[in-house]
Amino acid sequence: MRIELKKRENMSSLFSILSPFIALGLTLIAGVILFVSLGKDPVAALYSFFIEPLTEVWSLHELAIKAAPLILIAVGLSVCYRSNNWNIGAEGQFIIGAMAGSILPVVFHGWESPLMLPLMMIFGMIGGALYAAIPAFLKARLNTNEILTSLMLVYIAQLLLDWTVRGPWRNPEGFNFPETRNFADNAVLPRIIETGKTHWGFGFALIAAIVLWFVMRRMLKGFEISVLGQSARAGRFAGFSDKKMVYFAFLVSGALAGLAGISEVSGAIGQLRPVISPGYGFTAIIVAFLGRLNPLGIVAAGLILALTYLGGEAAQISIGITDKVTRLFQGLLLFFVLGCDTLIHYRIRVIFGAAHKGSAA
Amino acid sequence: MQNQKTETPLLETRGLTKIFGSLRACDDIDLAIAPGEIHALLGENGAGKSTLVKMLFGVLDPSGGEILWKGKPVSIGSPGEARATGVGMVFQHFSLFEALTVAENIALALDGNVPIDRISEEARRLSLEYGLPLDPSAHVADLSVGERQRIEIVRALLQNPELIILDEPTSVLTPQEADKLFETLAKLRAEGRSVLYISHRLEEVQRICDRATVLRHGKVTGACDPRQETPSSLARMMVGGEVAEISGAGLGEPGELLIEINKLSAPSRSPFAVALKDIELSVRAGEVVAIAGVAGNGQSELFDVLSGEDQVADAEAIRIRGKAVGRMGITDRRLLGCGFVPEERHGHAAVTEMPLTANLVLSRHSSDRSAFLSGGPLGLINTDAVAKASRRICEVMDVRKSGDDPAAGSLSGGNLQKFIVGRELDRQPVVMVVNQPTWGVDAGAASRIRQALIDLAKSGSAVVVISQDLDEVFEIASRIAVINEGHLSAAEPASTMTRERIGLLMGGFHDGSGHAEAEAAHAH
Amino acid sequence: MDMTQAIILTIMTAATPLLLAAIGELVVERSGVLNLGVEGMMIMGAVAAFAIAQLTGSAGLGALGGLIAGMLFSLLFGFLTLTLVANQVATGLALTILGLGLSGMIGEAFIGLPGLKLAAMEIPFLSDIPFFGRILFNQDPIFYISIIAVIGVNWFLFRSRAGLRLRAIGDSHTSAHALGVNVVRTRYLAVMFGGACAGLAGAHLSIVYTPQWVENMTAGRGWIALALVVFASWRPGRALIGAYLFGAVSIGQLFAQSRGIGIPSQFLSALPYLATIAVLVVISLNRRMTLINTPASLGKSFVPER
Repeated sequence: MRIELKKRENMSSLFSILSPFIALGLTLIAGVILFVSLGKDPVAALYSFFIEPLTEVWSLHELAIKAAPLILIAVGLSVCYRSNNWNIGAEGQFIIGAMAGSILPVVFHGWESPLMLPLMMIFGMIGGALYAAIPAFLKARLNTNEILTSLMLVYIAQLLLDWTVRGPWRNPEGFNFPETRNFADNAVLPRIIETGKTHWGFGFALIAAIVLWFVMRRMLKGFEISVLGQSARAGRFAGFSDKKMVYFAFLVSGALAGLAGISEVSGAIGQLRPVISPGYGFTAIIVAFLGRLNPLGIVAAGLILALTYLGGEAAQISIGITDKVTRLFQGLLLFFVLGCDTLIHYRIRVIFGAAHKGSAA
Repeated sequence: MQNQKTETPLLETRGLTKIFGSLRACDDIDLAIAPGEIHALLGENGAGKSTLVKMLFGVLDPSGGEILWKGKPVSIGSPGEARATGVGMVFQHFSLFEALTVAENIALALDGNVPIDRISEEARRLSLEYGLPLDPSAHVADLSVGERQRIEIVRALLQNPELIILDEPTSVLTPQEADKLFETLAKLRAEGRSVLYISHRLEEVQRICDRATVLRHGKVTGACDPRQETPSSLARMMVGGEVAEISGAGLGEPGELLIEINKLSAPSRSPFAVALKDIELSVRAGEVVAIAGVAGNGQSELFDVLSGEDQVADAEAIRIRGKAVGRMGITDRRLLGCGFVPEERHGHAAVTEMPLTANLVLSRHSSDRSAFLSGGPLGLINTDAVAKASRRICEVMDVRKSGDDPAAGSLSGGNLQKFIVGRELDRQPVVMVVNQPTWGVDAGAASRIRQALIDLAKSGSAVVVISQDLDEVFEIASRIAVINEGHLSAAEPASTMTRERIGLLMGGFHDGSGHAEAEAAHAH
Repeated sequence: MDMTQAIILTIMTAATPLLLAAIGELVVERSGVLNLGVEGMMIMGAVAAFAIAQLTGSAGLGALGGLIAGMLFSLLFGFLTLTLVANQVATGLALTILGLGLSGMIGEAFIGLPGLKLAAMEIPFLSDIPFFGRILFNQDPIFYISIIAVIGVNWFLFRSRAGLRLRAIGDSHTSAHALGVNVVRTRYLAVMFGGACAGLAGAHLSIVYTPQWVENMTAGRGWIALALVVFASWRPGRALIGAYLFGAVSIGQLFAQSRGIGIPSQFLSALPYLATIAVLVVISLNRRMTLINTPASLGKSFVPER
């Protein structure tokens, strides 16, 4: 038996839309198999994982809070991946952005000014962008593999945060816990509506998604991003600079990741700690692919993946499954998305029996 | 004289068919090759020749029909089986491995596990015997195109084949190298082997082939003795009705100086690229200047420096419309009124997966900013204007496509090339530089493109055509120059150039002097 | 044993998993496939080895289990990229994310349990050589396997016909296919070899290096192994040198801490990652060598035409 692929002449628009849903379906099936093998009732497990978190209003707010950084980071990543710049270090840019944005509330904690929040957000974006500029520079100038450099910088950022929070920025009134002081009220990102906990990070995410959707869809810049990603040579022929695009893509995604970082710290946590992210930078990669690198699709994908985080916590409580199932689901989902994407570019034929030789019909 | 009724053909196909999706690449083909015969497989680009021989060599599975070897039906499921049957093949696009040595490349095409040293020795001996000398320890990356072809041929000969298939072998050779090749083929025939010679060049076929089978659109349209036919009868079998004759070449009165290239030198940008050395050329309005040359002698490097994808240190080395552009990028040169068509359709002139309208924006977003973009600095793409222009181009150039705005990759080579050339012509560029305008393009499209280039020159533009196809060069050029190892010969009027002279220039001889040592060095 | 011997010993222990994983990936990349999932395969090997050692009571079976786990896990990557022709970069990332998640789940039951350590194998006669003998020839079996792998892969790639075919595929898969070489099958075998090596490397971590299971215990070693392959210019001998240089860097942190040098522990922990970036930059500076040595079809999609 073998599988034969035939390249389609035109990308299948039907499968472009269907493929994420097929992938979701396959993941659910895999989930059922997983739950059954763990000895749990699959229906109850799927319910607590995917439906239960949607049934309460407070839970919907938690969903938005978790989705905000995912969407924000993934939108930036979509610009990178579309232009063939493989930024894997978003997690590191998130952390450095969070730290940069926290300089004011931590070091100048007495400063009473309405400018505090806007400046924090700006510092966060600058911090993330500068940190992303490192792998960008290495790639543009020296042709160094950006996957490995951006990834190594993640580990370095995590260690830097750890040292900073335990050392120079440790809360002097904090009983020696490894954390900074709590941010003053004027340094906390406000809620969007009074009745729920969702903070403005979610607003930033939606705005970023809409703006970048518009750029990709209607503007020459978006065209430039797509062309350089599909063929660097054709891009040069068009007069586009792939080196400048490296910087553009990394700086934009670094800034968005940094904004996500400071929003999370300022809106959801209220201080800096050694660990401020359950792997948002990596889950955002999955969000980007599930959303087919389309900013609007990413909004939906971000909500779905945020659901898996909540679902994991809920399932742990109601049916006693480890919340590590979340990571597993996310990895499986990415796998299925990549597999289903094949259908968009190729027609698949499964051939049984011996390979046909000589005169076949 | 061969009496085909009494002698069993060495190789015969009956009703051989290959279908790709909805395309019948080969349709019910009957072919018969006698022992000790040089048999031509004639047809223009896209006729199905390569597909047919891939089936004969086991690279593709037939969809229908049968193959007979010495009268018995055989099934050839892989190149190994083809070799075992007695068929050898020299591909048009060489199947060589740049990072490996000549001996290693040969070893890979052989079955069994003969030690590389033995293969080295055999290869060296064989190459000398057939007049195609090779150094087994050389790395392929360092060899010229002609030398690489020798590897392919020696590789095939080592298997002692009874039938050797050669796919468009002279497309990469100078006329002198081609003569050498024909001597080798004659030797093979004298040994009783057969040759299946694939070509679209009528003159060669008439020179060396005993019989010919002609394909068009996948079907056999004729089987004959080429020496009994005239070029036009053969052409008619290949192309069907009459192909429009090119008219008006070289008739334009040369006007103002539009392109001046002065002492243009550029170092090679990568270990495998060719450095340009002291190039001089002037082109006036109304002229078509052709730059002939065998592949790999600096054509792409010259094109990139002319188009502005690469820049040179001396801005004055290239002047276009009186301005020093050596340091300008491609966008600025387009704004001066230039149009460029690179050699590679896929992944350079066009993005394969993107639709035609996107490919239109690709080269014209800055030159046609006012028409195609709006919103000032935002650069919003005006899809209606682009779609209208795309439709116009397809109509003017007669581009056949499926659907209103299909992906570039879904068009045939000829149709995509018509679109790409038409895209530039649509702007009426004052200066046009084209690299290999009709490579891999069917005769109808090729003639249309060539005529368009001639018409453009007549209307007052300067046209530079870089081409490996000598027939094309003679068809459209008012002046001809030859590029060899980064040097450009002086461009002379087409009427004073002969094939022989061009061949010598291609091989590195400059009026009998100078680079003879280079040629001798290459021969070893 | 004195300080010098202890240092050499710890360098060897740190270098072995890096070397094994790098050698495996080197073969994969020589065939033209880029598998970024080394970290995922390593962690799966680590958790499988630990779990099987616990369940069967034999560290040896654990090591074997780690090897097989890595190999099976790599098949997922192979299926997606070789049969379904999915994007290699994204699939490798997916493999890593999946591996980290799956291993976290499996390993939960084993956190905190004391591990079984793989016994050292003493090679008679050679281990009696003064000074070096006791270190070099009295090691766990995985160390020996790593050295044998370097020699074996070198012989395979440059002296065997099968290795020549593999290198040819890496240079031009279309030409190899036209000559009748079975590109997809060879790549599957290469990918599985890479998976086995990565799995065994991971096993070394959980049953030799620190015999216990900790979530994400590979701590980026898989990525460092990928950088090592580039540093080695895809040559096994250079991979050996690179792995041992890295082993020395990782030990720097323990060394400095024991001497009481007042460098923050986080900085010392960051040394391997900083060193990786430095190594990548150094290699990139020599563009000519990179261009010549990189397998030309690395990472490109291949669909056999029939």
